[in-house]
Amino acid sequence: MHKDLVKVNGDRDRQDSHRTVRPLKTPKAKGNVSLPALDSPKWQGSAAAFLYGMRSITTTILMLVLFATYVGIGALAHDTHFSLFWALASTLFVWAGPAQIILLVALGSGATVIQAALAVTVSAIRLFPMVVSVLPMLRMPDTKKRQLILPSHFIAVTLWVECFRLMPLVPRERRIAFVNGLGLGLVLSSLTATFIGYHLAANLPPLFGAAILLLTPLAFLLSTARNCKQLADVVALVLGLALFPVVSLFNTGVDILISGVSAGTIAYGVHRWRRR
Amino acid sequence: MSDFIGDWHALLVLLLAGFLPNEVWRMLGLWLGGGVDEESEILIWVRAVATAILAGVIAQILVVPPGTLASIPPPLRYGAVAVGLVVFVAFRRSIFLGVACGELVMVTGKYILG
Repeated sequence: MHKDLVKVNGDRDRQDSHRTVRPLKTPKAKGNVSLPALDSPKWQGSAAAFLYGMRSITTTILMLVLFATYVGIGALAHDTHFSLFWALASTLFVWAGPAQIILLVALGSGATVIQAALAVTVSAIRLFPMVVSVLPMLRMPDTKKRQLILPSHFIAVTLWVECFRLMPLVPRERRIAFVNGLGLGLVLSSLTATFIGYHLAANLPPLFGAAILLLTPLAFLLSTARNCKQLADVVALVLGLALFPVVSLFNTGVDILISGVSAGTIAYGVHRWRRR
Repeated sequence: MSDFIGDWHALLVLLLAGFLPNEVWRMLGLWLGGGVDEESEILIWVRAVATAILAGVIAQILVVPPGTLASIPPPLRYGAVAVGLVVFVAFRRSIFLGVACGELVMVTGKYILG
């Protein structure tokens, strides 16, 4: 990812990098992936593939980041006075850390349901290209759409990155079962983390409670910074951070939406302008 | 909202403002997926806006902190995140090191300041 950034910033490659169609991101295969060979008889049956998928959560460093994020979300839910059930249901059904945080922070600071829903809807658009780029890896000629509903629900940034890393190592006819296992494994771990965070925030001394709440902005800032692959992403991140405090002075109720759409659009403008 | 389930109004809000807005985009990706170029200009804008919204939320948590985070003085909150970012950039983009150092700065800072 770092290389991509340098490439985009570098003068010589800049134009090419936009003209050629590349996958959104192609993380290099690293870490100890211990899957059987593609033609191994161990892949017989969907149940085996499902279990291999579930077991693969232990091979990713992103699991740690995800866990920390959801501990933070659990703590945030507690401190914004939501119930534990609400927090767990949001992890299971929303299954998108940023959206959950936007929802918690917006509702916790007194925004209306419509204002919160708007901010969440706009932030969730990014799931669309993720689904679009992952599904072709799972599809077989005879695959039905309904078989892809569950894998689509599991897609969020972690699974999206992991699919690029792991799918080439899984026989195509077993990929849906594998992704369902991997997705369920990630969801179950995140539910555990949400539960732990909620209870830690309730029971720890204030200093450590504060430390757990700080996990959310820290983990998100850094993982977003790591996912920045183009200049537009970097500008959007920096400008988004800087613009929010300014916009919030006007107290519009949709501060997040205004600062986000303007910063993002300016970032896109910079990207267009640099390309010339 | 002190018991496990909480009130039903909050759960309805979760469904309308949390679950549906996310699931709609996932299912659109599933139904319309085939014909979209994932590196098209509109998707670059989409990603930039999504990133900026998330950045705004990060800023909001730091500027108007929820719960016990409010007990940490603002300079210490900003300083801890800044240190985390610098460590992240300096040490091969390690999220783990960045988060750990940021947390360490905040906890020791608060401990010293009392």
